[in-house]
Amino acid sequence: MALIITEEQKMLKDSANEFLNTKAPVSQMRALRDAKYSSFDKELWKEMVAMGWTALTIPESYNGLDFGYVGLGQIIEETGKTLSKSPLLSSILLGSSVLRLADNEDLKKTFFPGIMEGTIQFALALQEGKHHQADNFKTTVKRSGEGFVINGHKNFIIDGATANHFIVVANSDRGLGFFLVAANTPGITISKDILLDAGTYGDVHFKEVYIPKNYQLNIKIKGEELLNSLLSIAYSGLSAEMLGIIQQAFDMTIKYLKERQQFGVVIGTYQALQHRAAKLFGEIELCKSIVLKSLQALDENSEERFKYAHLAKAKLGKTVKLVTNEAIQMHGGIGVTDDADIGFYIKRARVVQQLFGDYNYHLDCLATMKGY
Amino acid sequence: MQIENEVAVSDFRMETRSWLEANCPKSMCKSIKDPFDLYWGGRNAKFNSEDQKIWYERMLEKCWIVPYWEIQYGGGGLTPEENNILTQEMTRLGCRKPLYSFGIAMLGPALLKFATEEQKLHYLPEIVEGKIWWCQGYSEPNAGSDLASLQTKAIDKGDYYEVTGSKVWTSYADKSDWIFCLVRTNFEATKHNGISFMLIDMTSEGVSTRPIKLISGKSPFCETFFDTVKVPKANLIGSLNEGWTIAKYLLTHERQMIGGIGETDTRKNVHEVALENLAIQNGKIADSILRTEITHFETDEEIFDLTIQRITDEAKTGNNSGALSSFFKLYGTELNVTRQELLIAVNGSDGLIWEENEKSDGDLARKFCRSKGNTIEGGTSEVQLNIISKLILGLPTK
Repeated sequence: MALIITEEQKMLKDSANEFLNTKAPVSQMRALRDAKYSSFDKELWKEMVAMGWTALTIPESYNGLDFGYVGLGQIIEETGKTLSKSPLLSSILLGSSVLRLADNEDLKKTFFPGIMEGTIQFALALQEGKHHQADNFKTTVKRSGEGFVINGHKNFIIDGATANHFIVVANSDRGLGFFLVAANTPGITISKDILLDAGTYGDVHFKEVYIPKNYQLNIKIKGEELLNSLLSIAYSGLSAEMLGIIQQAFDMTIKYLKERQQFGVVIGTYQALQHRAAKLFGEIELCKSIVLKSLQALDENSEERFKYAHLAKAKLGKTVKLVTNEAIQMHGGIGVTDDADIGFYIKRARVVQQLFGDYNYHLDCLATMKGY
Repeated sequence: MQIENEVAVSDFRMETRSWLEANCPKSMCKSIKDPFDLYWGGRNAKFNSEDQKIWYERMLEKCWIVPYWEIQYGGGGLTPEENNILTQEMTRLGCRKPLYSFGIAMLGPALLKFATEEQKLHYLPEIVEGKIWWCQGYSEPNAGSDLASLQTKAIDKGDYYEVTGSKVWTSYADKSDWIFCLVRTNFEATKHNGISFMLIDMTSEGVSTRPIKLISGKSPFCETFFDTVKVPKANLIGSLNEGWTIAKYLLTHERQMIGGIGETDTRKNVHEVALENLAIQNGKIADSILRTEITHFETDEEIFDLTIQRITDEAKTGNNSGALSSFFKLYGTELNVTRQELLIAVNGSDGLIWEENEKSDGDLARKFCRSKGNTIEGGTSEVQLNIISKLILGLPTK
């Protein structure tokens, strides 16, 4: 497959760019933060639903668009440029993907319509503790009567304080399981973590939380397998957002280098800055390639998707840190003021970099995968 | 329509694969250790083996020496898509290039764009047949990064040019038959506007060469001297004093070559070498810092290869910037420098062996030294950064 996006994918990307720049520019994200960290704008979400974004990766047999992850990736990349807030990551990239990968037909039939309409919002309760890991989950699930009982503690849950359903990853005596739990189920205590990107993340305790038997998402499919597939989607999708952040921060910085004058000249004439900018350009070219490759591998469902997802999350994590650091430094004093938008990019960059593992984590995975 | 095309493409791949399998001798599918394991052609051409001769002759007959040039110039007339398939299939089998020459990689593209039809019909088929070994006369002792300040002069003597001056870093000049050269033809004009592009027969009276030894030991580089050399006027390519345009165009091809694009050689992964040479604990390289360095490097190496693929695919749809060759040259050579550093680290004291013995052939240490030239030749990394910042990012000059 050629390593370029198709005409259709390009059209989707362009329309997302136009929509987000008009309806959800950085100023909107700033306004949400200033309104006591509002999580997202409900009207905007409705418009995103109307654009079909919530149906992109849902199969046609459930009335979805089945457009694929390259398509969804283009939109997520654009939201990275404008830092637009919505449940797109929590409910669509992660939530709807779990539902698609799972084999519980009843749950699919029940929840896909609400996911697509945007009224059902899923949040993935995966991480336990301060760092991402893909195994050794301490949250447990036990059979109890006609259902299950969940006990555990999850945190760093994207939109975990606003979603109406959790997908909880828990260990049972029969391996890893994925369970759908309504957020208002007794035994659930939700507290909010407001992080430096002004986003709301859930820190959630599950104490003797009872759910009916048919709310397990994986019936025959092994939970470990589902998790691996889901993680490759998460890593690649978040990498697409980082690509958007990187490109926007870089473009803003190049623009600034062409405007800002010191010592009677535009600072972009200085070779010390030119060479740093040119090096960033090269790293960004690499980022574009691996993000697209990893998204394509998801759509092809190839075995290589696991490797490409780690490569993407490692490379993008490293580069988003580099580019946002350089962006602030090259902006000088204005770059560390709250008035300038560039600060929002370094803040979001740090959060996405850590979500689902930082680059050290993914480099280690790659080395282990290659057997060294 | 699209389906028909896909069928045709898949047919071409299968035909190509079976032809290569049937016609490429086994010994020509082994990776090379030395550039001179390849056939270079030239007036004094010699084949290293019968297999090399057979491989060259079969590819010549098939018109696949330069498969993507047009048929009237000796090429195979393949579409970019077909050529891509051929390259992929050759890589898959590990086929060596049947002929290696600067004529194919550098001069040819410049001739195709700037030469007269008569010149094309004369020089291009010669390149394809490997009749002439070409070398490049660009840098001078006082014109390195500032190439445009070159001083080798060509004086108009009525029916010929008289060339006097010296060139440096002329690879394989001592083995070459002809040289493509940048010369100054106008001393009044600004430095970029007084340069012409000329072809000179190395057997002309007044041409001499002297080899240059590098820190890696012997090298292909030479100094080339011109002492009142007579050059026919027909040997001028393009317009008089407009050689800089050709020079820049040709440099983009040279950079792609140095950056490693289109190489069919197989590389061994650094981590595989590491596993053979380093202490392993619980299945991991015990030196966790070196393990991290290797992983950073291999991540970039793999993604750089994808980037070459992406930009090649984009170019097919008409999106291309010549300045991107500066990025390829920069990144490709910097990666190679890192690779050689890591290989030395991974091989420890054996990596330092200079003179061949039972432990090492001395290649590692020499390749390490040689790689230090990669980020200098063909325009230093700093010159590439200048080009990227000005031509791609549009950053202003003072």
